[in-house]
Amino acid sequence: MSTVAAAHDDHDHHHAPTGLKRWLFSTNHKDIGTLYLWFSFAMFLAGGFMAMIIRAELIEPGMQFVDPEFFNQMTTVHGLTMVFGAVMPGFVGLANWLIPLMIGAPDMALPRMNNWSFWILPFAFTILLSSVLLSAFGHGNPSAPNFGWTFYAPLSTKYGPASTDLFILSVHMMGISSIMGAINVIVTVFNLRAPGMTLMKMPLFVWTWLITAFLLIAVMPVLAGAVTMMLTDRHFGTSFFDAAGGGDPVLFQHVFWFFGHPEVYIMILPAFGIVSAIIPTFARKQLFGYASMVYATASIALLSFVVWAHHMFTVGMPLAGTLFFMYMTMLISVPTGVKVFNWVATMWRGSMTFELPMKWAITFVILFTCGGLSGLMLAITPVDFQYHDTYFVVAHFHYVLVSGAVFTMFAAAYYWLPKWSGMMPNKVLGELHFWNSLISVNLLFFPMHFVGLAGMPRRYADYALQFADYNFWISIGGFWFGLSQLFFLAVCLQCALKKGEKAEAKPWDGAEGLEWEVPSPAPYHTFDTPPLVK
Amino acid sequence: MQSTLFHRMAVGLTSLMISGLATASDWAERSDHNLRPGVTAVAQEVHGLHNTVLWIVSIIGLLVFGLILISMIRHRRSKHPTPATFHENIFLEVLWTIIPFIILIAMAVPATRVLIELDDTADSELTVKVTGYRWRWGYEYLTYQDDNDVGVSFISSLATPPEQYENPVLSGGLFPYGTAKDRVGTPPQDKDHNYMLEVDNPLVIPSGQKVRFLVTSDDVIHSFWIPDFGGKKDAIPGFVNETWALVPEGEEGTYYGQCAELCGKNHAFMPIMVNVVTQDEFQDWLAQKKEEAAAAPDLTPFESLDAAMEVGEKVYASNCALCHGQNGEGGIGLPFAGDDFAIKPEHREEHIHVVLEGRNAMPAFKGQLTPKDIAAVITYERNAWGNDSGDLIQPEDVHEEE
Repeated sequence: MSTVAAAHDDHDHHHAPTGLKRWLFSTNHKDIGTLYLWFSFAMFLAGGFMAMIIRAELIEPGMQFVDPEFFNQMTTVHGLTMVFGAVMPGFVGLANWLIPLMIGAPDMALPRMNNWSFWILPFAFTILLSSVLLSAFGHGNPSAPNFGWTFYAPLSTKYGPASTDLFILSVHMMGISSIMGAINVIVTVFNLRAPGMTLMKMPLFVWTWLITAFLLIAVMPVLAGAVTMMLTDRHFGTSFFDAAGGGDPVLFQHVFWFFGHPEVYIMILPAFGIVSAIIPTFARKQLFGYASMVYATASIALLSFVVWAHHMFTVGMPLAGTLFFMYMTMLISVPTGVKVFNWVATMWRGSMTFELPMKWAITFVILFTCGGLSGLMLAITPVDFQYHDTYFVVAHFHYVLVSGAVFTMFAAAYYWLPKWSGMMPNKVLGELHFWNSLISVNLLFFPMHFVGLAGMPRRYADYALQFADYNFWISIGGFWFGLSQLFFLAVCLQCALKKGEKAEAKPWDGAEGLEWEVPSPAPYHTFDTPPLVK
Repeated sequence: MQSTLFHRMAVGLTSLMISGLATASDWAERSDHNLRPGVTAVAQEVHGLHNTVLWIVSIIGLLVFGLILISMIRHRRSKHPTPATFHENIFLEVLWTIIPFIILIAMAVPATRVLIELDDTADSELTVKVTGYRWRWGYEYLTYQDDNDVGVSFISSLATPPEQYENPVLSGGLFPYGTAKDRVGTPPQDKDHNYMLEVDNPLVIPSGQKVRFLVTSDDVIHSFWIPDFGGKKDAIPGFVNETWALVPEGEEGTYYGQCAELCGKNHAFMPIMVNVVTQDEFQDWLAQKKEEAAAAPDLTPFESLDAAMEVGEKVYASNCALCHGQNGEGGIGLPFAGDDFAIKPEHREEHIHVVLEGRNAMPAFKGQLTPKDIAAVITYERNAWGNDSGDLIQPEDVHEEE
């Protein structure tokens, strides 16, 4: 304890730890945010690499590169890596960096837990991805998880490979990490707002993350329950999901999707918040319908708890149940529609310029709406019987996740990188990244609607000949999109290595919010004394 | 890669250009870009519903994107330097909550009607139990008209030969393993029109009569889907789902489907093929099948090891090679070549037992193959690829175990 006094004699100029210690023991929301963001990007590239193996195999009919068994491992681990490794940590990173800055807080409320919730992740993914490496050198045995990212029982319980246990452990760890991150966000937002920052004055990003955090706390334990039941089914003689022992395989799907549906909103609500910050900035006009944006977000979150079974319309639910889930799912399009109209109304009669963040944000509004509209089609149960488990579904959720969640993360990066790094992102690289991604993402995912409607099932390693032409183009789009992300890597490295043009405190003239009140790059400690919000 | 990339791109581009001009008849045959019109009344209603919804969402989408585009053109800073200051409008916000709601109700009404229709499996003339196995379908005819005990069943597996779908371009490395290994570098065979859709024993149903399918599974969840009949139904182990189809008279022909729920390695390799025939033809077919089924299982012993091996080789290729390798080198399943299990006499009984009852990921074959076939295949496994157990398993041995 005697060291404490010594550490406090230099109060205004904290000598932050450097090197490995700075990152390993960090309790600083900015450093942890940075760690999260880099981790997310690394996982994005890893998951993208797996997607390229998938697309290489599907470039033409026949099995050319991998065995169908390994193909299934790739689809599975690609999904898990992207969902739990790229999208979720990416948004948690943004939350860490931005929420304290936006509400005028000195840091997150629970900084040490914050450190832990990040550092769990590399270990969780080491465990998960190690099984892929084992698989790659083990002739398919022992194999990586091969049951799809939805790991339906009994394929994952009775028939799962040995590595299923690694997968269960890593999902548990990811869940712990997410729950702690969510607790942190809630406590921070409720306790550390600057004086005068009422709830209805908070930036929408903070609002959407607050609601997302509640969703996380509600459903992550459900996922943990599902994988725990799997574990006991596999090793301790229970029969939760085995009809032979009185269980029910469909129970697994209900439990899983009770987590899984709110989960997909967890992956999009923060994106809504980001777009609601960027569009007003570059339209130089206040966000249209702030209150209705908050209410719409809350309604979407609440509705997300009563639509889970729309992922499983074909399991043979009773008619009444099916109808209920169909109506509820259709209802979700109302608040989502309100949000889209609000963004359009924000742009309307503004004074717009199209810097990189705005390009990504407008692209988000258009392509996310495409994904939302195909989602409305999927809600119509009798037709969903034809769409279910085809590439139409793949197209739908990649539109809302890639050109939805991932594109907003790019938008956020181009928008806040000046604040994070003190450097303006390189415009040439940024434009290359944007245009290549925009064209290739549509070449990659739009034809999936066609092959899906024509009847190509998901998770197929090989397909009938009528799907060949589109699949060729989808694969070309896939490689193109994957390679385009290297431009973004270059942009990030250039900012991280402090090369290029220095950024001002407020690089965007239309920007509003507390995060622009501090210098760029944001100092290690900000808002030691809370700002006064008028 | 048979053809150059350039050639593929040229073909791809051309087909993209003409795909929009495909005629309706081609469509019924094979669509490559939209839902097929379907053949049953319900499937056609679903198709109509799909078109309606597609139009609605396309129009909404185009309206929204049009507004965005207009705004981007007219309200950019060079054209519109002073932004407006409005940021809420209660009337507008209520309006664009109410109008979508009304559109939703307009969609929900027909959707509900079709859904109720799809749900009605009553008054069927023929009941077929469909069982998903990894990775093949089993069909059992339970009742037909007044006959409540038809007792006809068979297994239906992919008929596309591995020579057509295994075209590995890489050797070693990650993969391929198993049968594909031997084909590295060999030029791929041309693929048939029905590549990946053809089976050895198609399901046969009559036209003009309502057929009820009882869908279940023997191992993991599969999904029984014939696009032209409208809708899919999951096959869940331990549960029985119902679905139905009524193919109108005059629409006889062959229809195809595929498994639609991830079920493991060969999920993509278990298609469904349905021959819809006239009622007369169906009755003849059924009578013939019943005759075959009524005959007691053929337990005549094999005359020699070679005779058993000859039969066994065929059975092995179509039922076992997927997992255990074409040359018994193993894969997902146990290797046989040179393995004690397939050579040492103390494993002989166990070997028979495992084939009959299944083990772990291996399905039980007792309902799928005749005792004679099982005897032949075990004989083959214990004597092929240099295994020299000399065991000749007779159908009688298998039948006792059953």
